[in-house]
Amino acid sequence: MKNRSLVSITDYSKEEYLKILDLAEEFEKNPKQSILEKFVVATLFFEPSTRTRLSFESAASQLGAKVIGFSDASNSSVSKGETLKDTILTVSNYSDIIVMRHPREGSARFASEVSKVPVINAGDGGNQHPTQCLLDLYSIRKTQGKLDNLNVAFVGDLKYGRTVHSLVMALCNFNTTFHLVSPIELKLPSYVKMHIKNNNLNYFQYTDLNDVMETADIIYMTRIQRERFSDPIEYEKVKNAYILSASMLDNCKPNMRILHPLPRVNEITEDVDATAQAYYFTQALNGVFVRQALLATILGVK
Amino acid sequence: MESNIRKELVVSAIENGTVIDHIPAKSLFPVVRMLNLEQTEGQVTIGFNLDSKKYGKKGIIKASNQFFKNRDANKIALIAPTATLITIRNYEVVSKQQVEIPDTIEQFVKCVNPNCITNHQQITTKFSVIDKDDLKLQCHYCEKITGKNNIEIL
Ligand SMILES: [Zn+2]
Repeated sequence: MKNRSLVSITDYSKEEYLKILDLAEEFEKNPKQSILEKFVVATLFFEPSTRTRLSFESAASQLGAKVIGFSDASNSSVSKGETLKDTILTVSNYSDIIVMRHPREGSARFASEVSKVPVINAGDGGNQHPTQCLLDLYSIRKTQGKLDNLNVAFVGDLKYGRTVHSLVMALCNFNTTFHLVSPIELKLPSYVKMHIKNNNLNYFQYTDLNDVMETADIIYMTRIQRERFSDPIEYEKVKNAYILSASMLDNCKPNMRILHPLPRVNEITEDVDATAQAYYFTQALNGVFVRQALLATILGVK
Repeated sequence: MESNIRKELVVSAIENGTVIDHIPAKSLFPVVRMLNLEQTEGQVTIGFNLDSKKYGKKGIIKASNQFFKNRDANKIALIAPTATLITIRNYEVVSKQQVEIPDTIEQFVKCVNPNCITNHQQITTKFSVIDKDDLKLQCHYCEKITGKNNIEIL
């Protein structure tokens, strides 16, 4: 994986995911190591995403790397009309690896093809966000002690949520049974369901969140946004149907954990935060270790 | 079939070159553009709205001294799947083949996704053909699928 870009979660094989997760575990035990002191990490955020940027910058800094870049395209040369190609070529002269987020889909793949240094995609529009997917896998493995043979429920907006699509694809390597809970209008796209079928795995679709409470090992919550509905009345009908509250957890499995890519709005009520099932804040922290593992692997020091 | 082609070739036979027959009439000029025939120096005969028993109205292109690579010729399958490619040497048909949709397509096709980077910067589009029967092209960049009803030729 040395010197190889990570644009899409499908760029890595199952063995490669597992190698990253194992290494992330090492960093979790010992996150401060001066192993990237010789390296410069560029973080190019063509659209702001404070959470993701800080996670990458913290990961790099704790390993001793220098961090350069911008957090918002409006105060960089990009706002003067520089092409993505020129920005990437310039920055790849100054850095050993580029972490980029861009509002246009496909921008990261293109950047990885013109760049002289490897590129990590930190989100390209609604397309891919592979480090989110890796940290989700890490969180699932950590809470369940394994990735194989789990019952994973996805709840909310399964149509537009890119984190859901990537995670479903990745979990198809691990004999997962999928439980898909969403309003009819926001069902998982058929191409993702085809991917599940092609791997000889099963999925079940529900409209009621209560139906998966007793079977799920993981409940992956997502936010339902008003603007996703063609008919506002439909939104009003379903907006409160996909909210998880502490009282719903009475019959859940003791090992069940709740994940969420954050930020949440109201889809998990605050009384859930204090339960043993809440894992979403730790999940975000895991992102730092996974990103450390990626930087160290791609830069060739681990 | 063989005798039909014979008859037409006689009408304006070419000594060496390529005849592209059975192009749906509406796709004739897009095919001309796709093969860049507007820029060619050589002789090109174009027939438009000719009667065809099989396809209603058809188009035909006869390009003297031009031989298309399979890769190029196959691109036209996207808009003219019925087209036949006939290679002529010394007034003789040396090969005749149905165009075939290739596995990958570069240039020519616009990505259907308005938020795709290729629609905002000078980037050559690239697709892999994931379904040839029910034409589906997956963008190499944004990964979205352009279906046969959305195909727009650049
Ligand atoms: Zn595209």
